[in-house]
Amino acid sequence: MSLMAHDHTGFIPSLRRIYALVLRHTYLLRSSGPRILELMYWPTVQMILWGFITMFLINHSSWIAQASGVLLSAVLLWDVLFRGQLGVSLVFMEEMWSRNLGHLFVSPLRPFELGCALLTMSLIRTLIGVGGAALIAIPLFHFSIFDLGLPLLAFFVNLLVMGWSIGLLVSGVVLRYGLGAESFAWIAIFAVQPISGVYYPIATLPEWLQYIAAILPSSHVFEGMRAVLFDHVFRGDLLLHAALLNVVFLTAGFLSFLRFFKIARVRGQLLHVGE
Amino acid sequence: MSPPVVSVSCVSKHFDSVMAVDDISFDVRSQSTTALLGGNGAGKTTTLSMLLGLLLPTSGSISIFDTDMLRDRYRVLPRVNFSSPYVDLPRRLTVRENLTVYARLYGIIDIAGRLKALGEDLQIGRFFNRPYGQLSAGEKTRVVLAKALLNEPELMLLDEPTASLDPDTADYVRGMLEAYRKRTGTTILLASHNMSEVERLCDDVIMLRTGKVVDRGTPAQLLTRYGRQNMEEVFIDIARERKLDRVLGDQQVVKK
Repeated sequence: MSLMAHDHTGFIPSLRRIYALVLRHTYLLRSSGPRILELMYWPTVQMILWGFITMFLINHSSWIAQASGVLLSAVLLWDVLFRGQLGVSLVFMEEMWSRNLGHLFVSPLRPFELGCALLTMSLIRTLIGVGGAALIAIPLFHFSIFDLGLPLLAFFVNLLVMGWSIGLLVSGVVLRYGLGAESFAWIAIFAVQPISGVYYPIATLPEWLQYIAAILPSSHVFEGMRAVLFDHVFRGDLLLHAALLNVVFLTAGFLSFLRFFKIARVRGQLLHVGE
Repeated sequence: MSPPVVSVSCVSKHFDSVMAVDDISFDVRSQSTTALLGGNGAGKTTTLSMLLGLLLPTSGSISIFDTDMLRDRYRVLPRVNFSSPYVDLPRRLTVRENLTVYARLYGIIDIAGRLKALGEDLQIGRFFNRPYGQLSAGEKTRVVLAKALLNEPELMLLDEPTASLDPDTADYVRGMLEAYRKRTGTTILLASHNMSEVERLCDDVIMLRTGKVVDRGTPAQLLTRYGRQNMEEVFIDIARERKLDRVLGDQQVVKK
């Protein structure tokens, strides 16, 4: 009897390999309580900080008073974007730190499948990190981001996908330039924060920056979030813009990752990466 | 005669101005154990990496099981495996977790049964539940070898398979590889610096120096050709670029 399943191509074998890698990182996550706590630590600290700022500003800012949850919603949704990107990059770098890429890529695993596994782990890590902070906010500040209802799901998905796209690009850069470029994983996303209008409307930006903001899915999401909180309307047009841009972002993210992977095969970097 | 399992034709690899492998060609016969020998920097690891598709050659073609590795490597990879002391497994995962992940990547059906068999064959069962990073170098080498045997590969590429092992364990592993080859008829291509290992395991030797194939033959043929008593002396002759005719000439002088 054959040891192996006969079919190595197609959708099901591909899912099996993606699951194998997700399992690998789940083993890692569950083996360490501090790792899980660490996932929740920064989102929770940020949420507490902005929760107190909100309590102060409610009595000192008419804008905040109109929608007291705007800052807490913004900070939690921003963390979806940040954790989404970081989840992809850190999980990929974990393979580099453990010098495991050589074994992975002589197995039948395709680079695209590795990418899909990175996205799945990013989703799990984001749900643990941001989800934990969102739950803690309920008793602490009597604020539930879940009150946003279905629009929350649309915001979450769009920000997560944008985070994935940047995470794939960053992973490719780290593969190409080595672990010397790993700090890029921590700082890359902050380049888009000022122009995403996380804490203020896009109209605040100078006109020329507003054009740049228009090509970021995140700026449409945060504008949409404020529309729900201040005007109690769900802006389908903003969601559509964000979703279309995300199709472009995710495609570019995957293509850049695959391109950097090819360069790594030319330069021999799959065997010579590590601590 | 059956076609070669591995066929390398006019393969070169250069990194910027450094020529790591220079226009090499060779075949590896089915069910043989072939050694790729050479000093440090001779191009062994580069050649193995290109065979596995981890590294793209600058020019030339590589075919395994009659399949072009540059175009269709994913058709071949389920039938191949690899071990190297220079490529690690995740250190914080236990041995069992590591092997389970790779068993799933290779599509092994009865994972528990396969792990049990490998645990017995390689005597690693007793540390299945220990993190890989806490193992000794010799234990790690055996676990990586277990990973390389998970899918019962038809072609194994082994980079220094007994590095870091004490003589007793190394002897055990060599015996295990011999028995495995006899049982399954697998083809083995190994890079090694251990010449007694090469004499014991290999029926074909390819000698590399500065990225070129400089000689080839069975261990017995090479010993006769260079007039030496063991492969270590042959290795030194080749690595130090002693010309074959000079080696033979020296020997005739000694005989006189």
